Amino acid sequence: MAKVWVYAEMSGGKLQSTALELMAKARELGDVDAIALGAGARAAAATLGKHGAKAVHVNEDTAFDDFIAEPAADALAALQDQQQPDLILFAFTPDSRDVAGRLAARLGKGLISNSGDVHAKDGGFVATVPYFGGAKVASMRANGKPAIVLVRPKSFEASETGGTAEVKDLAVTIGDGSKRAKIVERVAEASEKVKLEDAKVVISGGRGMGGPDNFPLLEALATALGGAVGASRAVVDAGWVPYSMQVGQTGKSVRPGVYIAVGISGAMQHTVGMKASKVIIAINKDAEAPIMKMADLGVVGDALKIVPALTAAVQAKKK
Amino acid sequence: MTLSRRRDNGCLVKIVVTVKQVPDPNSATILESDYTIARDREVVLDPGDECGIEEGLQLKEAHGGEVILVSMGPERAKDAIRKGLSMGADRGVLITDVQLAGADALLTARALAAAIKPEQPDLVICGTESYDGSTGMVPPMLAELLGLPQLTIAKKVEVDGSNIKVHRQTADGYQVVEASTPALITVTAGIAEPRYASLKGIMAARSKEIKQLGLADLGVERGDPGETIEGVADAEARKAGAIIQDDGTAVDRILQVLTQAKVV
Repeated sequence: MAKVWVYAEMSGGKLQSTALELMAKARELGDVDAIALGAGARAAAATLGKHGAKAVHVNEDTAFDDFIAEPAADALAALQDQQQPDLILFAFTPDSRDVAGRLAARLGKGLISNSGDVHAKDGGFVATVPYFGGAKVASMRANGKPAIVLVRPKSFEASETGGTAEVKDLAVTIGDGSKRAKIVERVAEASEKVKLEDAKVVISGGRGMGGPDNFPLLEALATALGGAVGASRAVVDAGWVPYSMQVGQTGKSVRPGVYIAVGISGAMQHTVGMKASKVIIAINKDAEAPIMKMADLGVVGDALKIVPALTAAVQAKKK
Repeated sequence: MTLSRRRDNGCLVKIVVTVKQVPDPNSATILESDYTIARDREVVLDPGDECGIEEGLQLKEAHGGEVILVSMGPERAKDAIRKGLSMGADRGVLITDVQLAGADALLTARALAAAIKPEQPDLVICGTESYDGSTGMVPPMLAELLGLPQLTIAKKVEVDGSNIKVHRQTADGYQVVEASTPALITVTAGIAEPRYASLKGIMAARSKEIKQLGLADLGVERGDPGETIEGVADAEARKAGAIIQDDGTAVDRILQVLTQAKVV
């Protein structure tokens, strides 16, 4: 059996859901050890066990929570030397990207980033990645050992298999040389609204919304539907809405029951992050926009008129 | 406040900004009908890198020093560097070599590191990810190879002496992250509105140096690629559904779909 590692990202003492998504795939590929670093790692080990980890290597040094990437890269590199895994899976998230890039450069190995799936082939691993802006999917073979693959969130569905992981202390000393980029404060800006990634309905706005002043129209519809509001990269880059709302290859991946794309043309950068939605509705002035070719219902019209009317209709129906 | 290290050339701070030439994100056609990339497609300086250059220039204006643009690409990537020079950067370095065609993230990071190391910068500024590749792996690799701390996804940067502080964007807000220079930061597109090059800037850029380096100059070997493409297939396409003109019935149609999907 191949030795597969899952880097189980922790944040604020909590195991991240992406770790369990990776577990679901990892256990198909071999015997899985997970690595959990920082506050809450020991508690996370029990959950990882239930999801199929044979062993969980833990270390609760505060350096993992307080400093970016370097302490985690040190721990993984040290353990890698001893254990020689065949494959290391990371989530394609900001924190894990920082660690994976650093680790790969230190080991002198390539990595496959932004992957949607991984499978075993001819004694090695092949991962799929969007290619030509997402119109194609390339199968890439990892030539190195360990193979390092970063998988987009929501690519796999987490499920429990039952089981108990052996908890192993990961012995590593984090020197001052790795305690450099220090997180001195954490500031929360998000409101208590439905999380974009978990929302059953996502309403996203793009350039066709005309300007940031019109985004409250989407908020109102989201409130009526119990959903969340997302955005295209174009409007995030334009500064209309914060990055936390960005859906797409470099933003969040979502797969809600219903995705309503308003004034979004449907560049691959965006559709990679939402095309797994069950139902897609597009509202756009342009009948030729690429989003129309993938929508279950495409409405050609003025979003600024249709959205408020729809909000009113949903509210009326709920009464 | 100024950076503490005064250099031989009189600069107070040396800032390297990595830049990349990418297919124009605003040009309509990305692919030919056979899925090859349109050869004559417009190429531009990566819009994200323009923001990195702007941030570098603002730091230079506040603290003095020099802004050096480092890029890797074919010879025509000089145009991207030249654009940054016309915005006000001081000089450029282009790594270009036929052996670099199709370079992966690690080889790219190795080549960039070899070109940047002799400059001994106080600060390296990278975009969070490029517009075309969007995998964002080069900056952390580069930080590791240069032995620098990485302060990533910065939407705000402050330099005070040899201390650098950034606001690092997170899913629900931001973190304040601090380090001593030298350091590498990655910046978001929101960090600074890139300036337009003035006519004077464009004229001045013509005489600014762009040093060209090959792999042999850098002492970097291509080596075996970390990954190999085994095959390319069509992405799973969704079937188009109904496309309707809003003749006043659109809201009812949408409501039907929402009802079928059991969200209302």
